Order: sequence, then structure tokens, then C-alpha cells
Amino acid sequence: MTMTLLDRARGEPVVQAERPDSDALLNIKLRINGRDHRLALDGRTTLLDALRDHVGLTGTKKGCDHGQCGACTVLVDNRRVLSCLSFAAMNEGHDVTTIEGLVKSDGTLHPMQQAFIDHDAFQCGYCTPGQIMSAVACVHERHAENDAQIREFMSGNLCRCAAYPNIVDAVNQAKVQMKEA
Amino acid sequence: MRPFTLSRADTVQSAVQTQSEFEMPSNTATVHAPSQYVAGGTTLIDLMKLDVMRPQSVIDINALERTSSGEIELGSRGLHLGALVRMSTAADHPDVRKNYPMISQSLELAASPQIRNMASLGGNVLQRTRCTYFRDTSYSACNKRTPGSGCAALEGINRMHAVLGVSDRCIATYPGDFAQALIALDAQLEIAGPDGSRTMRFSDLHRPPGLSPHIETTLAPGELILAFMVPAVPWAKRSLYLKIRDRQSYEFALASAAVALDLDGDTVRNSRIALGGVSALPWRAREAEQKLNGRKLDDAALNDVAEAAFVQAQPREHNAFKVQLGKLTLIRALRQASTMEL
Repeated sequence: MTMTLLDRARGEPVVQAERPDSDALLNIKLRINGRDHRLALDGRTTLLDALRDHVGLTGTKKGCDHGQCGACTVLVDNRRVLSCLSFAAMNEGHDVTTIEGLVKSDGTLHPMQQAFIDHDAFQCGYCTPGQIMSAVACVHERHAENDAQIREFMSGNLCRCAAYPNIVDAVNQAKVQMKEA
Repeated sequence: MRPFTLSRADTVQSAVQTQSEFEMPSNTATVHAPSQYVAGGTTLIDLMKLDVMRPQSVIDINALERTSSGEIELGSRGLHLGALVRMSTAADHPDVRKNYPMISQSLELAASPQIRNMASLGGNVLQRTRCTYFRDTSYSACNKRTPGSGCAALEGINRMHAVLGVSDRCIATYPGDFAQALIALDAQLEIAGPDGSRTMRFSDLHRPPGLSPHIETTLAPGELILAFMVPAVPWAKRSLYLKIRDRQSYEFALASAAVALDLDGDTVRNSRIALGGVSALPWRAREAEQKLNGRKLDDAALNDVAEAAFVQAQPREHNAFKVQLGKLTLIRALRQASTMEL
């Protein structure tokens, strides 16, 4: 039987997910923003769901959950990755940095966060944590040398409000301050 | 997502052994193999969320990054690319950039920076088709998922589908870019399996869909790609990867060309041509190369080459444009390669 979009609209699940077996939870340790967290997780838990639902760090956003939008971007060992396409348990022994980890302990924003505010680089803000994490990595990778390169190397982060020109301006401002810092 | 057991392999032997404990049922699509290796996870986890893949066992092989499978090495015999090297690392490597620009470009023009940081080279060549009928299990007709169930794409929306290497059982496009560079450069694979290690030509890895599109590669159950060996091709410095797509970045190819030229003045001594976005598997256009070798690179030659590359094309209702687009992509790639300053 072929399901149609109409069937889907009625909310009938194609597959009934099996309940996680509580005896089979994985005990793992994740290092997030410099702090260790001990978690008991179903093996299916993505890094994104672990961050949001188990650690309570909801700054990282779930957009498409399929690696197409970039809203869930975090840094793992200082490289930008998509937390929705990685099982949490695969990240044991690595350093995870989320948007909550960018701010200094005295509350001073990261230059990239300040630049997004200064340039009004968002409207609804949902994609912004992913944009900022991606932009920080983009500068560190030296892929922010000019506007064309910034656009190419920020293409993994979609913004449905289309704040793109202001995002490019924000990256251009922050990259100078990040070099000085 | 269905439950599975996640295990970690610290050595090639333990990875292969764990994988081999799961027997592949007969007449099962390879996409439904009961145990799967995971490195970056960018294809596997996506398809598990869609219920296209349903492994009982997932084996994390990222620890193999600390072996030669995590290394890039240029030697007199050519380039060793470890299968656990990430796409971004290989794309940025100065030796790759300088000696094999088409490899570097094929990687850098693929996916997004985040995905390139995650995805391994071994996983990249095994990435699965983006055919929407394959990826959506509410379509029951998909010979790649369910042998003998039919193909919804034949009479469906097939704008993105392949025109070369297709069969009347499957017209799904092979979506990758890196594989086109590997097939153009006569790369070899180093593979570990239950019966030990072996090497294989990269061009023998992917199977044309033929009568059995559910069997996608020639890898035996349990086999694991350890590395790619790209032969030394000094003239591959004059090579490039041209990718044409619906949007300029972060998109799969509608048509692409990996080309390398060995020029003697304006005469072509030797050439390599592979085509992406238009074919069911990585596609080496040998007839096109033969038309080109020994000729001056003028308009007549370029047209002959493009015609030869697509002489076997079998377009469908919505993808006929790919024949003309593919020809023009190839002509532009060859023109650009001929004017590269070395």
C-alpha cells in the first residue's frame, strides 16, 4: 500500500517506534563546554537530542533533523559538525562546544555574537545559534577572506528569513576582532 | 528509528569480525544489511531516521582514524588517501590541491562545510542515491529497497534521475562527486574483509543497476574500505571538476565533469573524462577520451567528444535536458582545463 501525503496529514505513523529498552541504556560521558556530563542514553540518541533533552542546553536548535539546514551546528574538537547526524555515544572523548559555551564567564559575548547583534543578522533567530557556531569555525578555518568565500563556506546554514547580507557583514566585523583577540 | 546495538571497533580485525557475525539474508537489498559501519554518519543516520536503513548493529569505526586509514601520503607511486580521512581534510591538503586539483575540487564542491568535516572518504564513495522514491518508504515500488517491487521513478518525477548506465529496473542517479575523480584517475581500493585484505580497481566497486539494482557494490558482506591509492599522473595537475547544479552551493550535481588533459601545444596527448550527476554509477567516458586523444582541442573535436560521451544516453520524461546539459558541461570543463596556467 502506498501512503499519500493525505494519509500522513492524519498523523498515522508509518512505523511504530519501539520503546527504548531501559536495560540497554548506554552510560556515556560527554564533555560539553568544558564540563563533563554523565548520561544514560538510548543508543539512538543523537548528539542534538542529548544536548537539548538530556543536558538541557537548548541553544542548539533542531531544524530539519536531516543534515540539510545547519541549525544544529556545534563544534566537536573545534570543527563544525551537524549534531543531528551524529549519535551522542560517538562523541565520547571529544570536546563539544555549543552556543552556550561561546560567552565568557563574566557574561561578555563572543565577538561573533556581538557582531550578529550589531548588524541585525537575524529576524526570527531560529537559525542564529547554528549560524554563529558555523561562522566562528568559518573564521578559524580561514574561509572568511572575502564576501564570496564567506557565502560559499556559510552555505550549510539556511536562513528562511534571508538575513544573508547582514550575516556576511557580521562575519566581516567579527573576523577582525577575532584576529585581534 | 528502530533500535540497534552500537559497538566500537578499535582495530580493522575487530570491525570486520563484528560485522561478519551478522549474516546477510538471501535476496535482501544491500541497503538492508543487518550490520553497518559508521564513520561520519551523514548518510547512514539520515537514512535510519527515514527508516530506509534498519540495521540491528552499527559499528563505530572512527578509532581507525589512528591507523593508516586516517592518513594522506604522497609518494613516488601516487597518493594514498585513508578511508577515514574527512572530506574537508583531503580537500584542503596542499599535496592534493597541487597534484590532483580535480580531487580537491570534487570534495570542496560537495555538501556543506559541516558535512565535509564529518563525512569520511570511504563513506563518501558509498553514499546512497538521493532518488526521492528510494528515500521515501511510503512508495512501495523501489527495486533498490525491495527486490522486484518495481520502480516508481520510471513514470514518476524523474528530473533528477540518470540517463547513463540505467536499466528498466532503476534510474537512480549516483550522487557523489569524489568518485568521478577517482574513476577518472584509475584509483585502486584497499579493502579488508573476513578472508583478509585485497585490492580492487575503483571502477569495479559500483555495479550498474541492471537486473538487480538492490545489489549496489561488489563489496562482500563484512568488507571495509581502508584506503584509496591514486596512481601518479603527473599531468593531472591540469585537471578540474566542474559541477552544474540548481543552486550554486550545497547541492547535488545536475551534470558534472572531472577532466584531466595532457597537452602537447594545443594537441591532446592523453585525457581523462568522468561524468557525474547524469549516471547510475561513477562514470568513466572512455569513448569520449578516445575521440579526444591525438586531436587539436577545437570546436569540432569538442563536439565529437561530447556526442560520444552521451551516445548511450537513455533519457526519460523529465530528465532529457541532462543530455544537452551534460554535453555542454563537458565541453566547458575541457575548455577550462586547456587554459589552466600551471
